[in-house]
Amino acid sequence: MKLTLRVWRQKNAGADGAMSTYEVDGISPDMSFLEMLDTLNEELTLEGEDPVAFDHDCREGICGACSLVINGDAHGPERTTTCQLHMRSFKDGDTIDVEPWRAAAFPVVKDLVVDRTAFDRIIQAGGYVSVPTGSAPEAHATPVPKPDADLAFEHAECIGCGACVAACPNGAAMLFTSAKINHLNVLPQGAPERETRVLDMVAQMDDEGFGGCTLAGECATVCPKGIPLTSITGMNKEWLRATAKGAGR
Amino acid sequence: MARTVWNSTVGKKTVMAVSGLIMLLYLVAHMLGNLKIYFGAPEFNEYAHWLRTMGEPLLHYEWALWVVRVVLVVAVVAHAVSAYQLSRRDIKARPSKYVHKKARASYATRTMRWGGIILALFIVWHILDLTTGHVHSGGFEEGKPYQNVVDTFSTWYGNVIYIVAVLAVGLHIRHGFWSAAQTLGVGSRTRDRALKALANVLALLLTIGFLAVPVGVMTGVVS
Ligand code: HEM
Ligand code: SF4
Ligand code: FES
Repeated sequence: MKLTLRVWRQKNAGADGAMSTYEVDGISPDMSFLEMLDTLNEELTLEGEDPVAFDHDCREGICGACSLVINGDAHGPERTTTCQLHMRSFKDGDTIDVEPWRAAAFPVVKDLVVDRTAFDRIIQAGGYVSVPTGSAPEAHATPVPKPDADLAFEHAECIGCGACVAACPNGAAMLFTSAKINHLNVLPQGAPERETRVLDMVAQMDDEGFGGCTLAGECATVCPKGIPLTSITGMNKEWLRATAKGAGR
Repeated sequence: MARTVWNSTVGKKTVMAVSGLIMLLYLVAHMLGNLKIYFGAPEFNEYAHWLRTMGEPLLHYEWALWVVRVVLVVAVVAHAVSAYQLSRRDIKARPSKYVHKKARASYATRTMRWGGIILALFIVWHILDLTTGHVHSGGFEEGKPYQNVVDTFSTWYGNVIYIVAVLAVGLHIRHGFWSAAQTLGVGSRTRDRALKALANVLALLLTIGFLAVPVGVMTGVVS
């Protein structure tokens, strides 16, 4: 396959960026999107140019490191992570636009790499359960009803990639935050911190400069893990419950 | 707690949802009341008079009406202020646009802000037109709402302004009602289709019901 790539290039956080056009040839439909970018970078390196910076780690669709808005879609045209997107989703001769996640809370570090530490701070605000350390407890000591376990598991699938923020017209982190809250709040292990968790995480989300939810639903459409839009409804419910109980900081 | 609510994106959205639902409830009653115009001038005018004597003798003349007015003003102001503040925040949270643009979300979803602004302007015009009579086209007469309504819908601009506003209400409710359910945490996967259907039915009924009045005047059924 021969492709034309238009890629966002930006030297550093302070610099102005712009789209640059590159031609790549010899792309196999079996390559992943990131392998295609590797090919481009090899050529760029040989030509003595600065390779395109992009985030990646596991390349298995489980770590949440990869990103990229491809032709206007976060993680590209398929419902998967960019690392699991294959070039067979494109046609020979296509022009592909590649841009970084766009949100005030995700500033561009370089080229296609953005700073997603705002997510880490949301997790630090309450996305955990406090447990005494020691040997692992007996798994059956805390019974979890099957529907609760399923709900927790569904939300635990969130890999923190940030595609939901990138796709949201308001740069909101509601889907990510709600996935984390619903995951822990439904479990008995998460119960002691149920109220403070939702209040603190939502407050942190607001402090980071993410936008609010207008129920546009773009987040759930692009989420590679299928976190549903109703997850946000669940977070709202938890937040209202905790606020009514007067559990604020 | 009030501070927690007002300072949080989730809380402010709750204010929008509750105030929106209060206005929606009022609009349903308002639409049904308007339809009485099809029963002729005496009955319509008598209905309008009853709105002022409502609650008597427990309440004084117009007291109940003023309670409704105050609740509505509070709802409109709370709704508009939170809409403004949340919108400002949303725009700031997404400062740079994508080079590759895609058509996104439904029309009703994308027009909430502009539709809301149209509604705010309409509310002002509507009150000046049919409540106080300041911008009324004919000789406005208090206590004669039937004739006032016929006069308004006998002008082309009266019809245009009103019809645009009613269509805006329909779209606003279509996305708004379902949104409010999510904001208040009562939506769920199993209820989603029912809520969307209910939003569509409400939007459609309000649109048709409100449009029936100018259409009645334009076709001469109401004159
Ligand atoms: C003063 C004029 C108005 C303005 C400026 C306005 C603006 C807005 C905006 C910007 C939204 C949020 C849209 C979004 O989330 O995408 C909204 C939501 C809503 N509006 Fe309005 N609107 C107005 C009048 C009305 C009226 C007259 C009604 C009632 C019939 C109404 C009912 C609602 C409802 C139920 C919501 C959903 C709240 C939620 O998302 O939780 N609005 N409005
Ligand atoms: S909710 Fe989905 S899109 Fe958002 S961070 Fe988690 S996995 Fe990524
Ligand atoms: S690189 Fe780990 S999910 Fe894509």
